[in-house]
Amino acid sequence: MAYQFDFAPVLQHSDLLLTGAAFTLALTAVGAVLGIGLGIVGALCRAWKISPFDRLFGLYVEVIRNTPFLVQLFFIFFGLPSLGVKMTEWHAAVLAMVINLGAYSTEIIRAGIQATPRGQIEAASSLALTRLQTFRHVVLRPALTRVWPALVSQVIIVMLGSSVCSQIAAEELTFAANFIQSRNFRAFETYFVTTAMYFVMALLIRQLLMRLGQRFIVGRPR
Amino acid sequence: MTTTRRPFLRSLCALAAGLAASATLGLASAHADVLANVHKNGTLRVAVPQDFPPFGSVGTDLKPRGYDIDMANLIGKELGVKVELIPVTSTNRVPFLTTGKADLVISSLGKNAEREAVIDFSTAYAPFFNGVFGPTDVKLAQAGELAGKTVGVTRGAVEDLELTKIAPASTTIKRFEDNNATISAYLTGQVQFIATGNVVAAAVNDMTKLRRLDAKFLIKNSPCYVGIAKGETALTAKVNEIIAKAKQDGSLDAIAQRWLNAPLPKDL
Repeated sequence: MAYQFDFAPVLQHSDLLLTGAAFTLALTAVGAVLGIGLGIVGALCRAWKISPFDRLFGLYVEVIRNTPFLVQLFFIFFGLPSLGVKMTEWHAAVLAMVINLGAYSTEIIRAGIQATPRGQIEAASSLALTRLQTFRHVVLRPALTRVWPALVSQVIIVMLGSSVCSQIAAEELTFAANFIQSRNFRAFETYFVTTAMYFVMALLIRQLLMRLGQRFIVGRPR
Repeated sequence: MTTTRRPFLRSLCALAAGLAASATLGLASAHADVLANVHKNGTLRVAVPQDFPPFGSVGTDLKPRGYDIDMANLIGKELGVKVELIPVTSTNRVPFLTTGKADLVISSLGKNAEREAVIDFSTAYAPFFNGVFGPTDVKLAQAGELAGKTVGVTRGAVEDLELTKIAPASTTIKRFEDNNATISAYLTGQVQFIATGNVVAAAVNDMTKLRRLDAKFLIKNSPCYVGIAKGETALTAKVNEIIAKAKQDGSLDAIAQRWLNAPLPKDL
């Protein structure tokens, strides 16, 4: 006889799954805001060659982009306490997400900034825009407009990657799934529901970020 | 497929166990006194593990070593006979006894109803338990005192299931993916206590001095017994006498200290 599917033992724990999903979303939200913020700073330093920060950000980008996320997370959670830096699994997970997304978004945004022709900045100064105005309207906004879809994809990749935070006992969605699976051994049903949840979450985040981008970065057509 | 095949497999196992049991009874009545045979031959054949440190493993000199091997030698010495060690695995240790290939099984053997139907057991000679472990200077006598504390545990392990039942609601139970992560979490101070087996704790204490693991309280107790063929009352009595003496004169405590890094529990 074929395997008897039974979703009841999984749905029984739907509170755990929802708490886990909320944890994942919160982690992604904080990680995305701080990570993209870090990325903007890094991109500016690298694009405008602000010494010595351009070199430092270059090193940071290379180190983070060429090491696995899980190892970075373990380093923060299990490695740093040896140096006296101890943090909860929530802080460790957020920090790892910010550092990871920061490195990728630095490179994504830098590409956007470098695509702005030098002439536009000269035009801005000839129109007597202040440095801040130039940065905001002539550099950052067109740069983000260009790379926004890539940035949104990166946020979603990091959100899906946050599943490894279950390894340090951070109680996000994958942790909830593993926990439920360890109690009822309904592996197929548990991971089927979890996969569906991640899929829906990813779609929603993409929709939300694309709309936010259209509204606040690209701007309404005038 | 597997779900339907299991009951069949189980009944097959039950049948096999039943056959083995009846065969043993037949054997036991056929050749009577193992103790007399041991004295006559001058050798005691003991089934020991070699894949389960610290109870039994193979040393760098390629000889078996461990708690169970020391125990076998102690019994051999008390009987005044040579010891012949027979390496066994956890699946074949009981059959070695029931088929008369070994006189004793000293192989970190726990007691349960299924085994008791087939073989006899001595008194307990080694502690084997799951419990909560933590730093030496922190007092923690029972599960109730875990309120507000943080305990690390390996997700889905026996300790996890039991601790989830007995710990107060305000306890933070952090569930890690595997034993290594649980131990690392303790050693790096990410959790105050961990729940694990005494054997694991002993091995950790042996390998690192970062943060000592001391037994705080017991979750599930399953001490080790010497297995003896069914109906060998003379041998059982003799082994019990030797274990009692070894507990008295401290030689068993010395073995526990050597292999488990902890004194013999008082209630053993």
